[in-house]
Amino acid sequence: MTEDDDFAAYQSLSEETEDHRWAFGTGFSDPLEGIDTSVPDGVDAAALAAYCLMLGDDALIYSHRLQQWVTRMPELEEETALANIALDLLGQARMLLSRAGRAEGAGRDEDRLAFFRTEGEFRNVRLVEPADADFAELAGRLLIFSAWRLALFGELAGSADPVLAAIAGKGVKELTYHRDYAAQWVIRLGDGTALSHARMQAALEVIWPLFGELFRTDAVVARLPGVAADPARLRPEVDGVLEAVLAAATLDRPEGAPMAAVAGESGRDGVHTEALGYVLAELQSVARAHPDATW
Amino acid sequence: MVTRGRGDAVTGAGLRAAREIAAAVPDPELPMMTLADLGILRRVTAEDGHVVVTITPTYSGCPALAEIAHDVRHRLAQAGFAGVIVRTELAPAWSSGQITAEGREKLRAAGIAPPGEGPRAGGGPGDPVPLTLTMARREPVACPRCGSLDTERTAAFGPTACTALFRCGTCREPFEHVKDV
Repeated sequence: MTEDDDFAAYQSLSEETEDHRWAFGTGFSDPLEGIDTSVPDGVDAAALAAYCLMLGDDALIYSHRLQQWVTRMPELEEETALANIALDLLGQARMLLSRAGRAEGAGRDEDRLAFFRTEGEFRNVRLVEPADADFAELAGRLLIFSAWRLALFGELAGSADPVLAAIAGKGVKELTYHRDYAAQWVIRLGDGTALSHARMQAALEVIWPLFGELFRTDAVVARLPGVAADPARLRPEVDGVLEAVLAAATLDRPEGAPMAAVAGESGRDGVHTEALGYVLAELQSVARAHPDATW
Repeated sequence: MVTRGRGDAVTGAGLRAAREIAAAVPDPELPMMTLADLGILRRVTAEDGHVVVTITPTYSGCPALAEIAHDVRHRLAQAGFAGVIVRTELAPAWSSGQITAEGREKLRAAGIAPPGEGPRAGGGPGDPVPLTLTMARREPVACPRCGSLDTERTAAFGPTACTALFRCGTCREPFEHVKDV
């Protein structure tokens, strides 16, 4: 290796390029560049776009909530962990939104979809919207989210859409790591002191009303046989994971009733909690103030 | 300098040269490692007179990918290959088992514990991924400085997406470990 190699990535930033990079990691290009994104024969393209938007929105909103913890964590190690998890989810969101835009065929790219849709156009589950009140809530929500998404991506790795299958197959490895991280914290807190146990149990009670919605079958899923995964089928695996973690953590499974839908509609239909508006206000502010900016 | 590429066929010798250049591009976050060492260079081919370099990301959100693509194009352009196309490939997903034997040695020499040889143990395809409920590992990570197996993980995530933090109980040095995924 020459001395040049050490600095190549940084030197090339100072050269005139066409991709407008101004710092390491900027100059974003389409995350699916060079990948064949044609929709397979027999697959409903509009439904595929809607489905990828749902899964992309889950990751985008939750990634933003996790990013809000950065600079607020008690230890640098946990802050690094959360930033890494948020980055993995942001990567998944970028690919899924890009997939949605291509399948839709209306010329919307990942940025257009992330920054220029209103609350009612977002399709994420409501679990990812509220701000965590404390670290116990963070660990509990991350455990539920990653156990559910891992079960989902495990199914989607065999999807008839090769792009969705590839995104999911890659995500499985990341989500496995996220789930283990969250599970280990839930156990440390639950099986810790009387105070940490009480707060971990209380956190689960707060999150629980948003658990049931994760398994609601959706009309979009029904239009995508062999491509999408029926959420109801994921329940046994997720229940099994939670049972094992809660037992090791000496915690009780909450029994609270699910949060009601509004006239039968919830997150997947664009009906959200009040919290989503605040997330979007922050997430979209720069893009909306400077619509011609590049990054 | 002879400009190869646009319009001309990329010859077998040219393709071999292009492959060597692409394989030797350093990773921006682990600069002691080349793309070939990391196992993220999938192939170098020729299409309509252009060199096509196919790479795969280590993690979905890896910010280094755009830098790597730029560096590949830049180095090949310097060697006279015009209009190089860099493609990303997601499937099959990268695993730490794809880091070459030479790559593992380079990591160790740089004070970073390499990952295990194969992919993480788990069920068969379609089976649920087994849970890991403790910080203890099935195989201990050897300290890259003194070789001791008396090591403990201090953080599940490190300064880059692909590393975790460890500390050696024998020589007391902290070190990074490339995660098994």
